[in-house]
Amino acid sequence: MSELVVGLEVPSRGSRLRAACGDFIRRRPLGAIGAAVILLMFAAALTAPLISPYDPVQVHFAAMLAPPSAEHWLGTDSFGRDVLSRLIYGSQTALIVGFGASLLGATIGALIGVASAYFGGRIDLLLQRFMDVLLSFPLIILALALVAILGNSIPNLIVAIMIPMVPRCALVIRSSALSIREMPYVDAARAAGFTHSRIILRHMLPNVMATYLVMLTAFLGQAILLEASLSFLGLGVQEPLPAWGLMLRGAAVEFAETAPWMAIFPGVAISLAVFAFNLFGDSLRDALDPRLRTQ
Amino acid sequence: MLNRINALFMLAVGIVMALVWPAMAQDKPRSGGELIFAVPSEPPSYDAHQEETFGVIHPVAPHYNTLLRTDPTDKTGTKPVGDLAESWTISSDQKTYTFKLRSGVKFHDGSDMTSKDVKASYDKIMKPPAGVKSLRAASYGAVESVETPDAHTIVFKLKWPESSFLLNLASPWNFIYKADILAKDPHWYEKNIMGTGPFLFVEHVRGSHWVGKKNPNYWDKGKPYLDSYRALFIKSSSAQVAAVRGERAHIQFRGFTPADRDSLVKALGNKITVQESPWDCVLMVNMHHDKKPFDDKRVRRALTLALDRYTASKNLSRIAIVQDVAGIQVPGTPWATPPEDLEKLAGYGRDINASRAEARKLLKEAGVPEGFSFTFKNRGVPQPYEPVGIWLIDQWKQIGLNVKQEIVEASAFHSMLKRGDFEVSMDFQCGFIVEPDLDIARFLAVSDANYGKHKDKVMDELYLKQARATSPEERKKYLRQFEKRLLDEEVHVFYTLQWHRIIPHNAKVRGWMVTPSHYLNQQLDTVWLAQ
Repeated sequence: MSELVVGLEVPSRGSRLRAACGDFIRRRPLGAIGAAVILLMFAAALTAPLISPYDPVQVHFAAMLAPPSAEHWLGTDSFGRDVLSRLIYGSQTALIVGFGASLLGATIGALIGVASAYFGGRIDLLLQRFMDVLLSFPLIILALALVAILGNSIPNLIVAIMIPMVPRCALVIRSSALSIREMPYVDAARAAGFTHSRIILRHMLPNVMATYLVMLTAFLGQAILLEASLSFLGLGVQEPLPAWGLMLRGAAVEFAETAPWMAIFPGVAISLAVFAFNLFGDSLRDALDPRLRTQ
Repeated sequence: MLNRINALFMLAVGIVMALVWPAMAQDKPRSGGELIFAVPSEPPSYDAHQEETFGVIHPVAPHYNTLLRTDPTDKTGTKPVGDLAESWTISSDQKTYTFKLRSGVKFHDGSDMTSKDVKASYDKIMKPPAGVKSLRAASYGAVESVETPDAHTIVFKLKWPESSFLLNLASPWNFIYKADILAKDPHWYEKNIMGTGPFLFVEHVRGSHWVGKKNPNYWDKGKPYLDSYRALFIKSSSAQVAAVRGERAHIQFRGFTPADRDSLVKALGNKITVQESPWDCVLMVNMHHDKKPFDDKRVRRALTLALDRYTASKNLSRIAIVQDVAGIQVPGTPWATPPEDLEKLAGYGRDINASRAEARKLLKEAGVPEGFSFTFKNRGVPQPYEPVGIWLIDQWKQIGLNVKQEIVEASAFHSMLKRGDFEVSMDFQCGFIVEPDLDIARFLAVSDANYGKHKDKVMDELYLKQARATSPEERKKYLRQFEKRLLDEEVHVFYTLQWHRIIPHNAKVRGWMVTPSHYLNQQLDTVWLAQ
C-alpha cells in the first residue's frame, strides 16, 4: 500500500520547474542560449555597483582613449571612462527602458485587444481604426516624433517606445481573444451576470497569456534596439548616463579609426542582447504554441 | 689657402642656394589655378549687411571690398588696414574720422566707386530704410553724421569717442555696394552681386556650388593670384574631411576637429598644412539669477571654482575644438587678460584642490546640501557642446553636485534661453573680430543676450568707460575691472574654454593666414596655389 502511495506522489513545484527548464534546454538549445544571455544581462544590471571596476561617469583624462589592457579590459573612451563599466551600467538602462516599454506596450495592447474582441461592434471598429492609424507610422518614426514632443528623459523614452508597440500587440491579442469570446465559459460568465471588466480580466485575459508572453519577449529586443537607436541619434538617454546607443555616437564615430573599441563593444552588446531576446522569444513561442509543441 | 677658403665658401653658398631656391620660388606668389573650398553652410541671402552666417562671407566676400579690413598677415585679426580707404586721420578729440579713398576703383559693371557709394552702404547699415534688415546697426550708435566732402573723401563724425570704431569699419560684413542700385532698390543686393572685389560672380547653384572668376580690372594690380574659386556647399563634416582627403577640395575655412586633423595628417602627410589659432568663440555657463539657489553669488562662484580649466585645456583639446584658458578676450590679442591677472580670478587658480575646498565651503554657507541636484541644459550640437557638457558635469560632481544634462535641439535652444527656461545652461558667443565692445556688450543688463537676468549697474558703467576710453592703458584698466566683476565678484556667467580653430588644408594653398575669426581673411585676393 505504502509503495502505491509513493508511486503516486505529486512532484513539487521546484522539481516541476527544473524539469520544465531541463526540457526547454534539451528541446530548444538556441532559446536556452538566449535565456542565458538575458540572465547574464540581468545579473550584470543588478550587481553593476559590485562588479563594475570603475565609476562609469568619472572622467579620467590620464586614461583617455586607452586600448584594452589588464587595467581596462575593454579600453576607455575619449574621457578616459572605462568602457566595460559603462557597458555594465548600460545594461541597466537597456533593461529599464526595454522592460518598461515592452511591458507597458504589451499590457496596454493586450487589454485593448481583448476589450475590442469582447465588445465587438462599434467599439471594436473604432479601436481597430485607431490602431490602424498608429500602425501606419513606421516604428522608429513614431518613436522619434514622440521623443521630440515629450522630451528625452527615461520615462518619456519608455512612453515613446511603448506607444508604437500597443497597436501591434492589440491586433495579435484581438485575433486570439475573438475565438475565446465564443467559448461557453465566457457565455456562462455573462449569464451569471459578471461585469465586463471581470469577464475581460478574469476569464479572457488569462487565456491569451501565451500570446501575450510571446509578444512581450519579441518587443523586448525591439525596445532595446529602439532605445539604442534613439540614444545614438541624440534623442534618447543623455550623457553622462551610460547607455549602449549613446556609447556609439559622438567620439566613438570620430575616433572609429584610432580607438575602434569605443564602438565595437557597445555594438556587440546591443546585437547580442537583441539576438538573445529574439532567440528566447522564438523558442518561447514554439514552446507555448500547441501546434508546434510536438515538433 | 685663401683661394681654397673662397672656393669652399662659394661651394657652400651654392649648396645652400640650391636647397633654398625651390622653397623661395614656392614662397613667391604664383598666378593661376582654381581654389576649391568646402562651405558647411549656404547663404540665406547675398546681402551681408543683414546676414550673420559665415555661409555668406565665405562664398560672397571675394566679390566685395570694405572700407577697412583686418591685416591679412596679422594672426590676431585685430589690426585695421585700408581696403577701399587709402589712408585716414583721426581728430585729437577722437570724434572725427576722415578717410581718403583709393582712386581708380571700379565696380564689376565698369562704373567708378566713389565716396557716395561708401556713404550709401553705411547709411543702409546704420539706418536701413523701412523693410530692410540691418543686423549691426546698433554697433554704430556713436555715429552722428557721415559726410562726403569730395568723391574720394568720407568723414565719420561721432557723438563720443569710441575705442572700437576703426575695427567696426573693418567689419567683414560691411560690403560696399553701389549707391545707384541701393537708391533704386535697397533689396537688390539680397539676390544679386555687384561689388568692387577681386573676383567677378559667375554662378551660384543652390545646394551645390558657387563660382567666382578673377577680376581683370581689380584696383590692386597683380591681384588676385587665383584665376577662379569654387565654393562647394557640403554640410556633412565627414564629407568635408573626405573632400580634403581626396584632394577634391583644398580647404574648408571654418575649422575641423582634432580627430579630423589627425586623420588628414595621417593620410596625407606633407601634402597637408595645419594652421591653428585660438577662436573668437567661447562656451560659457549661464545661471538664472531669479532661480534658487543660483540667485546666491556664493553658489555661482562655487560652480566656476569647481572647474579645473588647465587640466581640461590639455586634455579636452585632444577631442574637442577647445583649448585655451581665457578671460573675456581671445588670448594673444591686444585686450586679452595677462595670465598673472587671469589666475587671480575665481576658478582660474592653479591649485584646484584649494579652489574646490572653497567651492564646497561656499555651497555649505549658502545652504546647498551635498548631492544637490539640478538640470544643466546644453545645446544639441556635437562640437564642442557635448564634450564640454560632459566635462562640466564631471567637475561639478567633484564638489558634491549631482547634475543631470538635458539636451535641447539646436533650433530650439535660443528660444529656450530667451524664455529663461533653465536653471543653469550652456551659452555661446562667437565674434567676427576680437574687440571688447563687440564681445562683452552681451553682459549689459539691457542686452537681449542677458539670459540669466542679472542687473548690475556697476558693470554697465564699466562697459561705457572702457568703450569711451581715449588711451589703451585706461581701456585695459576698465576692462580688467569689468572682467573681475563679471567672472569673480558677481559671477553672473563664467567661461569654460576658448574654442580652438584648426584648419588642415592642402599644402598648395598659400597666402592665407588663420585668425581667431572664421569671418576674416575671406577676400581671397592674397591667396595663391603653389605647384
